Amino acid sequence: MNTETTNIASSNKMTTRNVDVFYGEKQAINGVSIDIDMENVTAFIGPSGCGKSTFLRTMNRMNDTIPSCRVTGEITLDGEDIYAPSMDVVQLRARVGMVFQKPNPFPKSIYDNIAYGPRIHGLASGKDELDQIVEKSLQRAGLWNEVKDRLNESGTALSGGQQQRLCIARAIAVDPEVILMDEPCSALDPIATAKIEELIHELRGKYAIVIVTHNMQQAARVSQRTAFFHLGTMVEYGDTSEMFTNPQEERTRDYITGRYG
Amino acid sequence: MTGPAILLLLLGLGLISWIFGRAKANRFITTGSKNLNSLPNYHGWYTALWAIVPALIFVAIWSSVSPALVTDSVLSNPAAAELTDNGFQRGAILSEARAIANNPGQKAFNPEAEQLAPLYAQAQSYYDIVGTLAVILLCFAGAAYAFIRIRPDFRARKRVEQVVMIVLLMASLIAIIATIGIVASLIFESARFFGMISPIDFFFGTEWNPKNTSVAGDGEDFGAIPLFWGTIFIGAIIAMAIAIPFGLMSAVYLTQYARPNVRKWMKPILEVLAGVPTVVYGYFAALTVAPALRDFAAAIGISNATSESALAAGLVMGVMIIPFVSSMADDSIAAVPSSMRDGSLAMGATKSETIKKVLIPAALPGVVGGVLLAVSRAIGETMIVVMAAGLAANLTANPFASVTTVTTQIVQLLTGDSDFNSPKVLAAFALGLTLFVVTLLLNLVALHIVKRYREAYE
Amino acid sequence: MNNPASPASSETAMIGSRSTDWHGEAMQKRIARRYAAERRFKYLGLSAIVISSLFLAFLLFVMIGNGIKGFSTTQVAVPIDFASATGGASPDQIRGEDAERALNSLDISGIVNTAIEIEYGADAADIFTENSWTDVRDALLSNPDMIGENTTVWLTAKSEIDRAAKDDTDEKFEALYAKLKDAGKAQSGFNWGFLTGADGTDPARVGIWGALKGSIITMLVTLALAFPVGVLAAVYLEEYAPSNRITDFIEVSINNLAAVPSIIFGLLGLVVFLSWLELPRSSALVGGLVLALMTMPVIVIAGRNSIKSVPPSIREAALGVGASPVQVVFHHVLPLALPGIMTGTIIGMARALGETAPLLMIGMRAFLTSPPQGLTDPSTVLPVQIYLWSDEVNRGFVEKTSAAIIVLLIFLLTMNAFAIYLRNRFETRW
Repeated sequence: MNTETTNIASSNKMTTRNVDVFYGEKQAINGVSIDIDMENVTAFIGPSGCGKSTFLRTMNRMNDTIPSCRVTGEITLDGEDIYAPSMDVVQLRARVGMVFQKPNPFPKSIYDNIAYGPRIHGLASGKDELDQIVEKSLQRAGLWNEVKDRLNESGTALSGGQQQRLCIARAIAVDPEVILMDEPCSALDPIATAKIEELIHELRGKYAIVIVTHNMQQAARVSQRTAFFHLGTMVEYGDTSEMFTNPQEERTRDYITGRYG
Repeated sequence: MTGPAILLLLLGLGLISWIFGRAKANRFITTGSKNLNSLPNYHGWYTALWAIVPALIFVAIWSSVSPALVTDSVLSNPAAAELTDNGFQRGAILSEARAIANNPGQKAFNPEAEQLAPLYAQAQSYYDIVGTLAVILLCFAGAAYAFIRIRPDFRARKRVEQVVMIVLLMASLIAIIATIGIVASLIFESARFFGMISPIDFFFGTEWNPKNTSVAGDGEDFGAIPLFWGTIFIGAIIAMAIAIPFGLMSAVYLTQYARPNVRKWMKPILEVLAGVPTVVYGYFAALTVAPALRDFAAAIGISNATSESALAAGLVMGVMIIPFVSSMADDSIAAVPSSMRDGSLAMGATKSETIKKVLIPAALPGVVGGVLLAVSRAIGETMIVVMAAGLAANLTANPFASVTTVTTQIVQLLTGDSDFNSPKVLAAFALGLTLFVVTLLLNLVALHIVKRYREAYE
Repeated sequence: MNNPASPASSETAMIGSRSTDWHGEAMQKRIARRYAAERRFKYLGLSAIVISSLFLAFLLFVMIGNGIKGFSTTQVAVPIDFASATGGASPDQIRGEDAERALNSLDISGIVNTAIEIEYGADAADIFTENSWTDVRDALLSNPDMIGENTTVWLTAKSEIDRAAKDDTDEKFEALYAKLKDAGKAQSGFNWGFLTGADGTDPARVGIWGALKGSIITMLVTLALAFPVGVLAAVYLEEYAPSNRITDFIEVSINNLAAVPSIIFGLLGLVVFLSWLELPRSSALVGGLVLALMTMPVIVIAGRNSIKSVPPSIREAALGVGASPVQVVFHHVLPLALPGIMTGTIIGMARALGETAPLLMIGMRAFLTSPPQGLTDPSTVLPVQIYLWSDEVNRGFVEKTSAAIIVLLIFLLTMNAFAIYLRNRFETRW
């Protein structure tokens, strides 16, 4: 499994250095430095309102849609500063995909949902190739067998868990390097959650994966690296197994043992 | 007594009853006998309502009955015995006598009327006194009945609130009455029209040339197809060709691109555009737009261009509808969950790709519903087409030619002499009924679509 | 490769192989093209807004440009020796109640016409209308002392002269005006008559007060009927109505009435109010009734939205201290909902004030040279007056029509601005 990273020069796919995020005057994130690599799934945990989702959104500049939001510090993708003027935000978001808390399939057919990204980015040269991308993306998201006979049905007609896997397939279809997942299972039932977690396992190594979750068991199950956020700062970052058995910081220990959160 | 005087009297008596009822209830408090069920005010209201409402009902009935009573008593008088048996003349004489009785000093046209006038005045004053006395009696009786019932444990509030509920219900029923009034009046007059002109001639004929005759069988002059075409041509084609792109793009720009302070200024400007009366648009169309278009048409070599063109009316109507389409589209786009937008942007789509490929398709049912409402408004619009579209019932697709519309013809047919029995005047009601039914259907379909669309995202 | 879910992935060129060259030339070109499309789309939206606003600006520009001239008038001097013409009438004669009758017996019109004849000879008919003498009558009524003097009075000139003073018209009147102007016999001033007069045949002498007063009376009738009924119906539907067929029917009726073309209300008025109930034709009463039926649904809908936005917690709090449902609504909900209801009412009234078509149907298009005195008098309203003047052949009516439009728009803008102010001032976010 660890041999899958051969085509990546550095093992650090994304790095952040001293990132601050402000909403107007209010500071939401304070000096976060973190490295994301290809081999491991990274989990961001912390009590709600701690800024983990905010931070995640800065990593593909989705926070650009909020006018009052300002980011300082450095975030790089393959060594390129993603906030540099030379970085094109449209391309960045194609390379750094995102899956949201609530499944948000477009009110289009399943096929068109998956084909949306490849179409706008011009990744397929013809109908056959597009068909292939759609099929492979759905296969990789573990949804192909369930939907292959009804690709023309609306994506919104699927169950919640299927919708979320559709959204993952949609993100995969543009061949991203990083996939950011913002509490992808919080709107799903336990069985659907288990399927998504299984999927994350399978995707590991092919994409750098960052998952925000408020569910510590989930972090323990799917991730190899965990970052604990509290009040806009990153308190601790390390191996998941280490973090959950032997946290270095008092606050982390309190959170993991359920004192607050 | 005159109507206002009686109302004033009743109001005064009601006030007195209110004061007395309240005072009686207040006494229970000061004597401290028992706990009062309702506040003294409610007892006052209860008494006042009993004083006024039965009397008012009597006034309403009396005012419709008493003229007949007066006439009867005049006719039973020997002086009226020689009156002619011709019903029409008789009615004319009687009504003239009544007019003289009410307005002494007026000259009589019929000598008999002059004779009858004093009788009328006499009978009227007699029944007037009877009525007034009855009103006052009823008023006192009601107040007394209520006054007696006031006791500490009497539930005055409940009774008053029941009356309030009835008043509320009646206010709501006025909407139904108005709807029934519209439907009844349109159907009634249209039925008379279709008794003279065959509906087939009306709905499928292509010659519109109504004349002021009451001869049946003139169906070939009442073919409304050119009117329907003109209405659709101006309201649903030309106006929408302006309003849909401009309205939709305005809404897209305002919701997706404009900075908040730009939005803050532009929305009221669009609202002002919507608040300008249609007669102003009509005048503008006739004064400025139509001549300009005629000159333009002449310049590009269209020979039969007139100053009353379909294009001028449709263009200005389209501008009038822009704010309406814009606000409907604005609402529809705003109702698309922001997660759709985020989902598309997170795929690396640009803003315009997101709008074109995700937001507008998702908002489409709402936008379509809004457009249907806009069409309904455009085809019912009157002043712009009356002032700018002309009266010639042409069946043409040339936008520089003059066409006429349903609403223009309704105005045309009903102004001037209105002999309510000629098919020319009654045709206006058949046109009105058609217009009503079409706009009603458009509205129902549109509201249904919009409602379904809202529910889909809730 | 430990990936049972996608056994075929190794065959695919695309997925997972990072074959997309984001920095390649083709991709850069594509990106540039997409951004160009983005800019085009954005400018398309901006131009839609700008063109719509420009249209409004152009409309206002044309109306103000034409209308501003309607507020000025041209007067021409006529010397009159009242003392000798009236044979020494004394000022006391034309004071008090009988002044008008006394003036009539003095044959003022004859005196004025003679004076005009003497001063201007053959040109008289081109400068003045047969009604010009009424200016003198009005002047004498307000200043009886003039009757004993030999003085010069300024009379409102004919519309053609007035227009010659303002812009180009035909050469004859241009020349005539130039002659008067050079002789110091013509002056321009604010047209008070336009604000105080009623309709007429000579555009130089028409006024809008008649129509404006008709509008005001009609609006009062509309408000008196539509506001209470609308608010009460809104309260009933939002707070008490049981869900049954009747309620459904009421709701459908109201939504439908709000969307029925206005001219249909005119037909209703014509048949029901004029033909069946025999109410007086052309009267402000019937106009107000028709407009009230149109305005009521607007108030009901605005009222319901406003009542709906009062949070349930307020109702529960009031019910909790033992208030009856009626007390809850009238003591707590309605006062909180009132600003929203007012906003809706003002917007509905503004729409009614600009309404023309239904009033044409009920005959409020009569030619009236004096303002209405009551509810049942024949009246007209401002928008109908605009429509009537717009149909006049005489070019002098163009500026009067536009001037009337300016007055109407001032009223409407004031009302709308007040509604927007109310909405912003009292808009509460619960």
